[in-house]
Amino acid sequence: MRLRIVPDDTKIDFFRAAKITFGASVLAMVVSIIAALALGLNFGIDFQGGTTIRTESESAVDVGEYRNAIAPLGLGDVIITEVFDPSFGDDKNVASVRIQAQDGAESVSAETIAAVEAALQGVDPTVSFPSVESVGPKVSGELIQSAIFAVLGSLAAILFYIWLRFEWQFAVGAIAALVHDVTLTIGIFAAFQIKFDLAIIAALLTIVGYSINDTVVVFDRARENLRKYKTMPLRDLLNLSANETLSRTVMTSGTTLLALLALLVLGGDVIRGFVFAIFWGVIVGTYSSIYVAKNIVLMLGVKRDWDKKDDPKAGTQFANIDA
Amino acid sequence: MMHIPTWRRALIWLVCLGGLLFALPNLFYDRVERSNDARAVIETGLSDAELQAEAGLWPEWLPSGLVNLGLDLRGGAHLLAEVQVEEVYAARMEAMWPEVRDALAAQRDKVGFVTREEGGDPSELRVRISEASEAATALEIVRGLATPVASLTGGGANDIDVRAEGPEIIVTLSEAERAATDDRTIRQALEIVRRRIDEVGTREPTIQRQGEDRILIEVPGVGSAEEVKEIIGTTAQLTFQPVVSRTSDANENPGPNNEILPSLDEQGVYYILERNPVVTGEELVDAQPAFDQNGRPAVNFRFNPTGARAFGDYTAENIGSPFAIVLDEEVISAPVIQSHIPGGSGIITGNFTVEESTQLAVLLRAGALPAGLEFLEERTIGPELGADSIEAGKLAAMVGALAVIVFMILTYGLFGVFATVALTINMILIFAVLSILGATLTLPGIAGIVLTMGMAVDANVLVYERIREELKTARGPARAIDLGYEKALSAILDGNVTTLITALILFLVGSGPVRGFAVTLGLGILTSVFTAIFVTRLLIVMWFERRRPKTIEV
Repeated sequence: MRLRIVPDDTKIDFFRAAKITFGASVLAMVVSIIAALALGLNFGIDFQGGTTIRTESESAVDVGEYRNAIAPLGLGDVIITEVFDPSFGDDKNVASVRIQAQDGAESVSAETIAAVEAALQGVDPTVSFPSVESVGPKVSGELIQSAIFAVLGSLAAILFYIWLRFEWQFAVGAIAALVHDVTLTIGIFAAFQIKFDLAIIAALLTIVGYSINDTVVVFDRARENLRKYKTMPLRDLLNLSANETLSRTVMTSGTTLLALLALLVLGGDVIRGFVFAIFWGVIVGTYSSIYVAKNIVLMLGVKRDWDKKDDPKAGTQFANIDA
Repeated sequence: MMHIPTWRRALIWLVCLGGLLFALPNLFYDRVERSNDARAVIETGLSDAELQAEAGLWPEWLPSGLVNLGLDLRGGAHLLAEVQVEEVYAARMEAMWPEVRDALAAQRDKVGFVTREEGGDPSELRVRISEASEAATALEIVRGLATPVASLTGGGANDIDVRAEGPEIIVTLSEAERAATDDRTIRQALEIVRRRIDEVGTREPTIQRQGEDRILIEVPGVGSAEEVKEIIGTTAQLTFQPVVSRTSDANENPGPNNEILPSLDEQGVYYILERNPVVTGEELVDAQPAFDQNGRPAVNFRFNPTGARAFGDYTAENIGSPFAIVLDEEVISAPVIQSHIPGGSGIITGNFTVEESTQLAVLLRAGALPAGLEFLEERTIGPELGADSIEAGKLAAMVGALAVIVFMILTYGLFGVFATVALTINMILIFAVLSILGATLTLPGIAGIVLTMGMAVDANVLVYERIREELKTARGPARAIDLGYEKALSAILDGNVTTLITALILFLVGSGPVRGFAVTLGLGILTSVFTAIFVTRLLIVMWFERRRPKTIEV
């Protein structure tokens, strides 16, 4: 009667299709990088500078008319997108107007914003402006820097911690999985041109945290099994560890995805991009801890004398005296 | 075997109970907030029946700490301003000129005529002497004007660097002096911004120094960032300057050491003023809105003793000539001095409305900003948008929690119920700690909580799965439960430490909403480990002791 998503005692050979899964991962990463380079990321004002004005009106948004109203102001690139959310009623129509950073000014001047607001109110008198955000190019440049620093810093810190607690092969495997997750997430943001802002960096770090958690659980079991089965081939041993923890991996991903799904559907449009990034990252992260991290460990091999430390005489000049 | 000492049981329940107590005020957010506000007012000495009634909305013996709502949830304005410290360098050089001129003039027979070279870099003072051969002497004289830097780190360095280029002597602020000046300027600016925003009396503004020369300003509840900028003003630099003449030509050459400034309320009228002020706003000790003899709004002011002396001397010597009251490079008025004004107090009249005179008094009282502010980042979030976000977040959190609970109970049965209890306690603890720390909850922060819900059960799942495995081999359910906890511990710790590392980095690097997310994520990890290792275990042990089941199903 209990719900069992994963049957007990699975004996899946995760390496059987290693070439295909690993190849697919590498391919997906390459595609992601190409997508990011070719299409570019749809940077939000956090990283590019500029102003976003959120509009809310009773009548439907006509993007074309909005554009025509703003065009005479000569503000350069203006991007207008309509925003949808299931919670909006018929009398709530939301759009986002983005104005590029203006030359010579740090943040867009009050007059510019007032002019845009007046122009839009000319199109639709019911329009109001629930939020106006403006970031100058100086700050956005620094935000990019600190974002890159945050992602690289957390990868380095994790690399160090795993190396400390496990062996370096595991650390490399874990980092490979993380790079895989981050790349694929950036890739999907480039492919669908979803707005990439500071919150997405937070999402990336969360993915890093989640994925490493997943990977560590498998590694922890592998470490235990390495002590327990001293002669089992590494490939079988990693498979065994993954199978033993599979139920947990699926359960945790399941509960997390359930909670995130609620947030994705009901949490409102303001954080949808952010939640989507984490949602996607959890899926990719789960996959990578099963199919990427272990493969790297298998490729690198692991030394099998984990017990040496437990024997106080090991490696000292007295090691063989009793023998 | 499965034994938990009584003191530890008591401690665990105590923590949970404490959590409940500290999280409680958040359930009655509006009520507690009004009560807290009223109490804060009463503490300043004011008190009336209405305030007492408001304060009584929440019993005093209960904790009253609330989770701060971030700007994205409450609505308000966020500004990041950069203090233009270079302006201070320029002002210092401006003040240096008369001193340099006088010192060199005393040696006129050697160095010849002294003229100032204008129009170059405003942060340096260029002085030309007519006897180029005596540049070394002039250099020596000007260097003699240097004084040691007044700061702890300055350590014996002089405040100015002086060098010669042919017949020109160039004075700049030294590296050490610049550092000391920057620090002073930012502190002063910070203090003044804080005072001005406090004067308007909005709730809990955040005004913080950020990095070298920036100020972060967050004011909840205001309509727009523009309003905040108006409150802060640009500089509100008040000076009293001697008037040379009045003109309608904006491009007229004001002559050396003079400047031309527009009138505030008369279109097309300009004043030519001596550049060195008689007194500045820095010498003001008080300014109050008032009315002049004709009942028009005006501002009363009073100088400190030094200012009063300078003002008194000047008015005594210049009866009958006009002088200008200048605010932020605009002439407010230029009255003719009627008589000697000895007491150091006076009145500023102009075409003010009552509101303007009040505003001006506030600006003058708070003092001038030592340098201009440039706004690098401005964000306004409307209160309705914030309220919508809270509603959406609440709904999503509830649905998410329900989904997780159903999933857990379907999978683990009774043990799923234990996990659910632990999850509830976990949520309560997160809110309790947020309230105690006075931390700020942001929209991504709510996402962090929802995410934590999903991940919080992870520690339980790890243990349960382990117990399931151990049941196959271990002797009896008690042993299996014990082993399950014991062996799952290292995975729980390693997994959570790494997540904690990323939360920490997010907290250090992120700002605003992102930081709010890091806080809830990090706290969620800590509380979920606590509930999984201690609370669920205690629940299981208590159940086990009572029922003594021969077999268990996890």
